[in-house]
Amino acid sequence: MISERSAGQAYQQGVRTIPYDLLKEIAIAMAVSLIVILGLAFFLSSPDVPSVTIQSWAQADPVDFTTTANDELAGTSVTASYGPPYNQGTGSVQSIGPISPQSWAGVHLNVDQPNDFVINPLKQAASNDTQLAGEISTYQAASADQQTKWHDAYATALKDAKVANGAVTVADGDYGPVPAMLARLAQLAQTGALDGLLLSSNHFYQTDYTKPLLFINDGGYIVGLAHDQHLTGNQWGMMNETGLYPGQTWLWLYTLWYQLPPFNQVSYGDLLVVLVMGLLTALLFLVPLIPGLRDIPRWIPIYRLIWRRYYAETKAGR
Amino acid sequence: MSSAAGEPTDSWTAAARRQLERRLPWENLLPDRQPFYVGSWVYVFGVVTIAALIWVVLSGVVLAAFGPQWWHLSSAGRFVNSLHFWSVQVFFVFMVLHLWGQYFMASWRQGRAPTWMIGVVTFAVSIVAAFTGYLSQQNFAAQYIAINAKDAVNSTGVGGFFNVLNFGQMYGLHVMLLPIAVIALVFLHIIQVRMRGVVPPIE
Repeated sequence: MISERSAGQAYQQGVRTIPYDLLKEIAIAMAVSLIVILGLAFFLSSPDVPSVTIQSWAQADPVDFTTTANDELAGTSVTASYGPPYNQGTGSVQSIGPISPQSWAGVHLNVDQPNDFVINPLKQAASNDTQLAGEISTYQAASADQQTKWHDAYATALKDAKVANGAVTVADGDYGPVPAMLARLAQLAQTGALDGLLLSSNHFYQTDYTKPLLFINDGGYIVGLAHDQHLTGNQWGMMNETGLYPGQTWLWLYTLWYQLPPFNQVSYGDLLVVLVMGLLTALLFLVPLIPGLRDIPRWIPIYRLIWRRYYAETKAGR
Repeated sequence: MSSAAGEPTDSWTAAARRQLERRLPWENLLPDRQPFYVGSWVYVFGVVTIAALIWVVLSGVVLAAFGPQWWHLSSAGRFVNSLHFWSVQVFFVFMVLHLWGQYFMASWRQGRAPTWMIGVVTFAVSIVAAFTGYLSQQNFAAQYIAINAKDAVNSTGVGGFFNVLNFGQMYGLHVMLLPIAVIALVFLHIIQVRMRGVVPPIE
C-alpha cells in the first residue's frame, strides 16, 4: 500500500510512472496565462478613478469642508478624539475587556488636528495677510470657553449655509473670527494650496498622506463618493474596487464579518474581526495537526474524482 | 580541514552538499516522470499560480522602473498597470483553487505538513503584498481602502508602525520586501514539493 511507504520511496520507487515534462508544463502555463492576462488587460483595462484632493473636496462641497474644519478647530471631529496612534483620545480606541493593543502601543504618529489642519496652514497664508494674522491672534487669545461658543454657534449656522461662487455664507451671529479664518482656509483649499500645506513637514520630498487623509475622512464628502463606488465597510468595501472591477475578492471572509452581528454592532468590531481571522488563519496553518479538520477530505470524497484513474486501475477505492 | 583528493571531508560545506544531494537529487528537482495517478486538472492550479506570479513580478518590475506617475499618465503605463492588475487576479484565483484542491487531497499526509504550512504562510503574505499594492494605486480606491483599513490595523496596535495612510511606506513594502518574501516562500514551497514528491492517493 502506498501510504505505508515513505514519501520519497512512493515518489521514486514502487509506483508506475509516466512521462512528464516539468519545464514544458511551466512554459505552457506561462503562455496560456499571458494570453488570458493580455486579453483581460486589453479589453477591460484597469480601474483608476481619480483620488479626492482637499481641493476637489472644497470645490465640490465647501459647506462640508468648512463644517469639518470647524470641527477640527473645536476638537469635535473623529480625528480629534481618535486615540492612538494619532493622539491621546479614546473615541476610536478598541478594547475587549482588558485586551487593548491599540492603547498599549501608544501614540506614534502624532496628529495635532487644530494646528496641523487649520492654524498652521493659515499662519503660512497670513505671512503676507495682516488681517488674517489678526484674526488668528484674536482666536488664539480667546478663552477655550469662548472658542467653544463660537464653534458651536457656527456649526449650527452652517446647517443652513448657502454657497455663492464657492464661498460659504451663514446667517449673522456671534462666531468671532472663525468664519473669516475658515473662509480663508476654504480659499486656500480651493486653489490647491492646502493640499501642499498639509503635507509639509520641513522636508522637500513628501510621501506620507496621513494628515490630509484623516482630514478628508472627517468630512462627509468622501463617504458619499465611496458609497457610490460601493466601497464603504457595510458594502463589503474592503474587497471591492471602483466600478465593476474585481477587488481583493480573496478578502471575502474578512469582509463578511463586517456585515454580521455582533461584529457590525460593537465598538470593538475591527479588533474582533482581526482576532477571528487570526484564529482562522492559525487553524488553516495547523490543519495537518488537527483531528477532524484534517479528516474532512476523507469524508467528502472529492479525492476520488481527482484520482479516479488510480482508483479505476487499482480498484482500491472504498 | 584538508583531505586527500577524493576522500570525503567532515567540513560543513561537504556535509551540506551530501545532505542536499540525498534529499533533493536532480531527478526529483527536475523530474521527467511522475506517478501515473498525477493526471487531473487540479495539478495545473499550482503551476498556473507560479506562472501568474512570474507575470505579476515582471509587470511590477516595469511599473516600478518607470515610477508611479507613469501608470496614470501614459497609455503604455496604463496598459502595464492593467497587466499587473489582472495577473494578480489570475494569481489569486489559481492560488485559492490550488489551496482547496490540496485540502481535499489531504496533501499534508506522509510528512508533507511543512509543505502545507509554508503554502498557508505564502497565501497570507501574498494577501498583505496585494493589500499594499491596492494601497499604492494612487487613486480613489487606494484612498478609501486605506481609510477603511486604518481602524482595523490601528486596533491591533501596529498602526503606528504599519501606517496604511503613508504611501511611501506601503509602496516600499509592496515593491521590495513583500515580493522578496512571497518569492522566497514560493521557492521553499516548491523545494518541499520536489523533495517529497506529489502526495499519493488517499487509501
